[in-house]
Amino acid sequence: MNLTATDIRNLILAAGALGVCALLPLGDNGYWLGLGVTVAMFTVLATSWALFSGPTHYISLATAAFFGVGTYVTGLGIDSLPFWVLVGLAGIIGAVLAALVGLATLRLSGVYFVIFTLGLAELVRQVITWVQNNSGQKGLYVLTDLDEAGIYWWLLGLATAVFLAGWLIGRSRLGFALRIIGDDETVAAHSGINTALAKVMLFMVPGAVAAMTGAILAPRYVYIEPSLAFAPILSFQVVIMALLGGASRLWGPLVGVIPFTILLEVISSNFPNQTTLVIGIAFLVIVYLLPKGFVGLLDKAMIRFNGREGA
Amino acid sequence: MANPILSLRGVTKRFGGLVAVNAMDFDVAEREVVGLLGPNGSGKSTTLNLVSGALPLTAGNVTLWGSQISGLPAQTITRKGVSRTFQLVRLLPSMNVRENVVAGAVFGHRRRWGREAHDHAEQLLERVGLGGKGDLSVGQLTYIDTKRVELARTLASDPKVLLLDEWLAGLNPTELQIGITLIKSLRDEGRTIILVEHVMDAIRSLCDRCVVMAAGTKIAEGTPTDVLSDKEVIRAYLGDDDA
Repeated sequence: MNLTATDIRNLILAAGALGVCALLPLGDNGYWLGLGVTVAMFTVLATSWALFSGPTHYISLATAAFFGVGTYVTGLGIDSLPFWVLVGLAGIIGAVLAALVGLATLRLSGVYFVIFTLGLAELVRQVITWVQNNSGQKGLYVLTDLDEAGIYWWLLGLATAVFLAGWLIGRSRLGFALRIIGDDETVAAHSGINTALAKVMLFMVPGAVAAMTGAILAPRYVYIEPSLAFAPILSFQVVIMALLGGASRLWGPLVGVIPFTILLEVISSNFPNQTTLVIGIAFLVIVYLLPKGFVGLLDKAMIRFNGREGA
Repeated sequence: MANPILSLRGVTKRFGGLVAVNAMDFDVAEREVVGLLGPNGSGKSTTLNLVSGALPLTAGNVTLWGSQISGLPAQTITRKGVSRTFQLVRLLPSMNVRENVVAGAVFGHRRRWGREAHDHAEQLLERVGLGGKGDLSVGQLTYIDTKRVELARTLASDPKVLLLDEWLAGLNPTELQIGITLIKSLRDEGRTIILVEHVMDAIRSLCDRCVVMAAGTKIAEGTPTDVLSDKEVIRAYLGDDDA
């Protein structure tokens, strides 16, 4: 692999930033760590979401489905298997589920895909509720000795893996193929790209990552039930954050996650009943004012700056 | 024909009750330039779409070097060495000129990646007259330059057969001369080309042979001079009075 000086500099910077983030639990074990876990969770979810949806422009609302499946993997297996096995297992199940969903739906375009993915989370939730009603069981207790700091480090590890995977995909033929598909699927097919296969392969990444995130976070909930694990609002939050930051760059979603999580935190503690309203308004603002997110804003500023310099 | 590279046999396409292409038969020899002619709506572009895999056939078959390619998806046909341009130019808007050409080089018949693909794209840009313009965005290009980019992308996978769908349409007289010279240079390299075209100057100077279609059916086949004086062809273009 050929790394340019810029690549190496970026890698070192990223490693440094990661190191600093990893120190957070040593400084605080209460409020800030809790916020850190939420930021890390949404960073992982939004970044992996944008890996697929950024280049292809397919808006997936399936995050909650994969996330919920992950929490249930931990919930069901915590008494019999080690935690790291459960996280890996959740990843595999998430990837397989994503592949099945992808094969069935990625031929659909635009709004049909959006609706299907939204329905998927609801479908899985209803199935689990039905099974629970028949078995007389209500929810699952997840009791571990994993504390908030442990969850945080797990998520940080996953975030590292996601960024690394995203960086490698961006440099690969698969990443290039996805950009061509996002621009013009007909041209992609006539350039020799197996468009269906490329899309399914990349859709497996957010599927696996969201399931692993759910598996890691299950101990935080202590008690899990379908309406909590498969809450559709999660899918929407991930989409909003990724779009707010900008889905066209690997680091874009991160730029959206941090301000939005803090905003949400402030709102939900001060106006607990208006949280949904704020999410709705944020969605409108992003769509109208920032269609390409903060990344788009930055690009525009750069072009203007360079233009002035050139003139 | 002794050893055709591409053969169409009974190729038919129906859209509901409309027969857009009706039992087309013709062969293309290696290093031959074949013009596909006919009035608007006669099924030329549809025929090209059937060969490239953009549309599925209703009946008949297309073979490349004797092996069937009809029924395969477009990407497989491209990988086997049939590459095309589009009637309405299709470029990739989020990429610069060079990346647009690289896009054709990575996944097609002959594959390149990284530095090799980059250098190959530069060569092709030079070849089609866009040397040094690799970093431009496609939005900055003139119409003929967008056509050049598309041609370079099509050439990037070293296709065995090149399908050009009205590549010369919409050019002004000066550009047309440049365009004809460019296609002629491809012809001189010994490429096998099928071109759908309306521009008679281009047809006379480029084509070895022409296939003329009217209402989805082949009405004539032969050298440009022969088919353009054919009574059926004149009737199809100009009506009974002139035939």
